[in-house]
Amino acid sequence: MINECFAIYLRELLILRRKFWRQVASMSVSPTLYLIAFGFGMGKNFDVGSRPYMEFLIPGLAAMSSMIYSFGIASEINVARFYWKIFEEFQASPVRNIAFVAGEVLAGMTRSFMAVAIILAVGFISGVKLHYGIFFWTGIFLNSFLFASLAVGLAMVVKSHADQALLSNFVITPMAFLGGTFFPMKNMPEIVQKILYFIPLTHASSVIRSSAYGDMPDKASVLVLLFLGIVFFIIAFRVVHLARD
Amino acid sequence: MDNIIEIKNLKKKFKKVEALKGINLNVAPGELFAYLGPNGSGKTTTIRILTGLSRATSGTALLNGKDIEINRIESRRQFGLVPQVINLDPELTVRQNLDIHGRLFGMKKSDRKERIEALLGYIDMSDRSESLVKHLSGGLKRRVMVARAMLHSPRIIFLDEPTTGLDPGIRRKIWSLIKKIQQDGTTIFLTTHYIEEAEFLAERVAFLEKGEIVAVNTPASFMEKLGSWAVDILGEDGLYTEFFQSSEDANRFIASGYEGFTKRRVNLEDAFIAITGKKIGLSGNGNVGSGIKEL
Repeated sequence: MINECFAIYLRELLILRRKFWRQVASMSVSPTLYLIAFGFGMGKNFDVGSRPYMEFLIPGLAAMSSMIYSFGIASEINVARFYWKIFEEFQASPVRNIAFVAGEVLAGMTRSFMAVAIILAVGFISGVKLHYGIFFWTGIFLNSFLFASLAVGLAMVVKSHADQALLSNFVITPMAFLGGTFFPMKNMPEIVQKILYFIPLTHASSVIRSSAYGDMPDKASVLVLLFLGIVFFIIAFRVVHLARD
Repeated sequence: MDNIIEIKNLKKKFKKVEALKGINLNVAPGELFAYLGPNGSGKTTTIRILTGLSRATSGTALLNGKDIEINRIESRRQFGLVPQVINLDPELTVRQNLDIHGRLFGMKKSDRKERIEALLGYIDMSDRSESLVKHLSGGLKRRVMVARAMLHSPRIIFLDEPTTGLDPGIRRKIWSLIKKIQQDGTTIFLTTHYIEEAEFLAERVAFLEKGEIVAVNTPASFMEKLGSWAVDILGEDGLYTEFFQSSEDANRFIASGYEGFTKRRVNLEDAFIAITGKKIGLSGNGNVGSGIKEL
């Protein structure tokens, strides 16, 4: 099982290595623009709580990029499935569904960690110094595991590449803006806060931001991320067969 | 000896379209079997079901005794697949494509290395092992796909229209490769709509039409029933064909006053037309002149 999973993961790594610098450049564009637009645009004197807005923004961007790039594995799978037809090579091989899902989830998580590392580098260059310890990386791990698992499951269910783009527009983009990335949740009306509590990125932003501030993350949010990650992983494993005609 | 491929009453329905209407077929170990039919007759659907890419609506299929649905993992170890569409990773090299395949089939590192080197030599591409697949021609990509299908030493190789879109010279090279693989003891299941491909390669042929097998026999037996020579004549009702046992008989027929004719050897397409009333190269309503149906 581990060998099969590694074969799937290795293929994604080889492709990532081939496009490494293009990928790094692409991953750098969005956070840099957000930092310029929201971070510097708001002005140095704009604070959230007792901290400068830039310190609030960097962990939010880390959570958002972690979500976007781990979910991006769905696009890679769909290109392999609908365009290159490479997915059929996996379907016709003796690879267990769980090994396939685990390999692709790992690939999504790898992209997510790369994207977060780039954001931290951009933040460091901008003079933002936060705590990037074990709890911070645990938050990134859980968030990327959750969204990579969700991505693999959805990639098996969609019937065309266009469907995938729709999912990104309706699920990922709203979450990116409403999950506590750019503004504190407590500023929202109470009813909206309650609704946003059900968005996984809200919990990821909370865990990652608390850890980056050097505080203990909220245990409930950690458990929510862990629980949803496991549920999405199981669903992904259970729906692989739907990709067959 | 037991059959290596056993298909019983295999059916496949896509919404309202019945793509396969109950296929029954056996293929012996080491045989080179061709599945011949027009586009849309169900050739690719059959291969997709046998290789696990599609699910049958009903029926069973065994590969080397392993049920393709009950023993999914084990049955997949029995075959290699060369699909109709090129599905190599364009961003990876030839060697990386083969190596990933070997890993998917759980091959050990030393076995993978040894087998990849041997197969690159077998397909005459040792000097292109580090080339990116996206830089290869269509013919070379096909050869890599054949090598990939053989990498884990399967008992059966499924070739789904392996020479479609290739020029005649490259097509013949692929044919030689297929013959070589079969001579080494591997069972070949080939789908094609090229008559000459089936005639040149196959030991037995199944004619498939609208999701049904209408006849199974050796190419020679199919053709013997019609004769050795054919004369195509353009008559008032369109093109029709007369068959003769000898060249002399055909010449006598032509001498009796026909113009606008073509004399040629009988081929498998004549047999297909005689049985189905349709040309293989035509999909849908490819009916030919009524004179042929009478044969």
